[in-house]
Amino acid sequence: MRYDSVIIGGGLSGLVCGLRLVQAGKRCAIISSGQSALHFSSGSFDLLSALPDGEAVTSPVEGVKVLAEQNEEHPYVKMGVERFAALAAEAVATLQGAGVEVEGDVAKNHYRLTPMGTLKPTWLTLSGYVRSESAEALPYKSVLLLNAEGFLDFYAQFISDELRKTGTTCRICNFNLPALEIIRNNPTEMRSANIARIFDNEQAVEALSQIISREAGECEAVLLPAFLGIERGDVLARLQERCGRTIRVVATLPPSVPGVRTQIALRKAFERAGGVYMLGDTALGFEESEGRITKIYTQNHGNIAIEADDFVLATGSYFSQGLVAKREGVVEPLFGSDVCQSESRGEWYERDLFTAQPFEKFGVRSDASLRILRGGKAVENLYVIGAGLAGFNPVKEGCGAGVSMLSAVYVSDNILKK
Amino acid sequence: MIVKENSKNNFEQCIKCTVCTVYCPVAAVNPLYPGPKQAGPDGERLRLKRPEFYDEALKYCLNCKRCEVACPSNVRIGDIIQTARINHSKSKPGLREFTLANTDLVGSVATLAAPVVNATVGLKPVKAIMDKVVGIDHRRIFPKYSQGTFEGWMRKQRKAQSTFEKQVAYFHGCYVNYNNPPLGQAFVRVMNALGYGVQLLDKEKCCGVALISNGFIKQARRQAEVNVRSIRTAVLEKQLPVLATSSTCTFTLRDEYPHLLGVDNHDVRDEVELAVRYIYRLVQQGAKLPFKADAPKIRVAYHTPCHMEKLGWSSYSIELLKMIPSVEVTVLNSQCCGIAGTYGFKKENYETSQAIGEGLFRQIEASGCDYVVTDCETCKWQIEMSTSKRVLHPLEVLAQAL
Repeated sequence: MRYDSVIIGGGLSGLVCGLRLVQAGKRCAIISSGQSALHFSSGSFDLLSALPDGEAVTSPVEGVKVLAEQNEEHPYVKMGVERFAALAAEAVATLQGAGVEVEGDVAKNHYRLTPMGTLKPTWLTLSGYVRSESAEALPYKSVLLLNAEGFLDFYAQFISDELRKTGTTCRICNFNLPALEIIRNNPTEMRSANIARIFDNEQAVEALSQIISREAGECEAVLLPAFLGIERGDVLARLQERCGRTIRVVATLPPSVPGVRTQIALRKAFERAGGVYMLGDTALGFEESEGRITKIYTQNHGNIAIEADDFVLATGSYFSQGLVAKREGVVEPLFGSDVCQSESRGEWYERDLFTAQPFEKFGVRSDASLRILRGGKAVENLYVIGAGLAGFNPVKEGCGAGVSMLSAVYVSDNILKK
Repeated sequence: MIVKENSKNNFEQCIKCTVCTVYCPVAAVNPLYPGPKQAGPDGERLRLKRPEFYDEALKYCLNCKRCEVACPSNVRIGDIIQTARINHSKSKPGLREFTLANTDLVGSVATLAAPVVNATVGLKPVKAIMDKVVGIDHRRIFPKYSQGTFEGWMRKQRKAQSTFEKQVAYFHGCYVNYNNPPLGQAFVRVMNALGYGVQLLDKEKCCGVALISNGFIKQARRQAEVNVRSIRTAVLEKQLPVLATSSTCTFTLRDEYPHLLGVDNHDVRDEVELAVRYIYRLVQQGAKLPFKADAPKIRVAYHTPCHMEKLGWSSYSIELLKMIPSVEVTVLNSQCCGIAGTYGFKKENYETSQAIGEGLFRQIEASGCDYVVTDCETCKWQIEMSTSKRVLHPLEVLAQAL
């Protein structure tokens, strides 16, 4: 099989890169070993929330300038601080072009409500999620927190307790529907995705709107777990219209229904534009010639190689086994890329669990174009994007989704420029 | 081939991420099914401790393997569930299971009196009896049996086929043999056009997929051993690749044999493949398919069967279809049609089966295609029964265009 570009890894980064390549007319395939981390999405995409020294960032576009002074190996710095805002704008355009509606500003972080009830800075949030412009409190003085009876992946009491501390009074109410009775027979399947399917049905939406109207009373906003429809994206709008109220959703524990919908929307847009998405397949080996990768081999395609002009590694970090921690060191298992890591295993961790952990910054070494280094030398047509990149701490710096999308845009541009 | 086996207990690779539960077609419509995570890796932990923890609700799993395709940690969820059924299920297969599972035996009897059988199983009173007494849903339409088998036709072809210098062996499966010999004939036509003669295996038994799902494990294993022996003769002694036209037979021969039945096939597995993959490779290596210039234009929508999704091979069928100048191809979103072999025939599964397929049926009707194309015979039955479209195999479309 022959393509112009082949991306290994079908998560946020791989899909954004693939989407931009197919939209520019490239024949492109994505090989994905199972579903991606978008299934655990918080509903928000972080760009830059804090600097390596711990200082909070309110404006990512300003913060990245200081970041350049603190860590010149950071992917944002390698891609060029001056290109940061443009790359971010492209990433937003790509999401929105695929029908993923997001709100946010590269010049000013807003705040998302975590499933634990705390407020955290972020860049983009999917429409419909509760968000605040302030780090201190929600924009509502009183809310009704509505949960489905028996849904255990949502901790209403935690959220209520935290909100109360910030001056928002919160009333909790559990609701029931006949369709919920049926899935409750099976407590292990009482999960967000299965509940969401109930609301693909208009009758259930109507019933929920009646419950909301009955229970909401004087509260300023109604908050619901993010489980409103898997196929349908208009349930929240419909409820607001029926009830004439402000209704917002709050992230649940995985699986993340809006995350699943985002994954599906991006994949569909990629396929509609002519891309080939191979799910459940794993790249196992490759051939190279004169400093170039010529073909790769996968588990499913066996002796039929997949050839391309350019290859992009978007296999992520430890979770998706894009990086594997072995006794001798951390390796990138497919191409044996150079991996940036501490000298000895003893330096992988800090004793305090809550400080920045060195292993989080480990990743694949690359040159200024994000071409992968092997044996210290850049491979001419092999790029790395997303969580597998070296030099950043997605948790402490709040920059995981940003690095994934900006590096995807950057590399797709580099490929298209050739 | 298993990529990453971090433990001898594969279920230990499960990190409890819940992704599989989103993609289970059964859990989405049937609340009696505990879902892939609970039925698979979570339940396995308990069953290892005490077999009494086995839950008979695992019978609702239709073995589509979509959980495995979705799993980011390479957990063989479907295999874990099927193995648990094999090892622990107390329910004994009855007459219905026997009839549905023995596609070989029933087929060989039915083809002898095909017109009578076809007419009889379509009669209302017969359907009522099958429903009430046997438990086969009365709304189900049975596949028609053919007069005379594909093997019978092939025996008359032997001489003509042997004139080709290059040869392949063909695992035709029960469906081609008893229900649809013209599909096998289409395959032979396409191979002949590429310069290859087709021969049968020394001895072919039903691949056994229906035996496995209906609980006849010993018989499935015996048949698997016969098939693997015949495949070895073809591959190792005669140096012939073994091609098949059914995605489920292919998947069973390659992967279910070692994973579920413990029948070793590692020395020949890679030589067993779908005809579309083999043909795709020939074309890539320069072989030319002589397409007619005046073939009527048709619009087809390709449906990816679950086991094709698991094999990861739908691109071969889709790419071959795209090569045909007279054919316009659209690809349907990959989702289960709901029949899963004999599953949808059972009275207690009928509603589930149709509910699972509903989204697919809607997609098909909205696609504006002339035909649906797919590599699986039971998907064909389900789609033809549940939509207004006729269903063809990629090789039938290819053969028609030659």
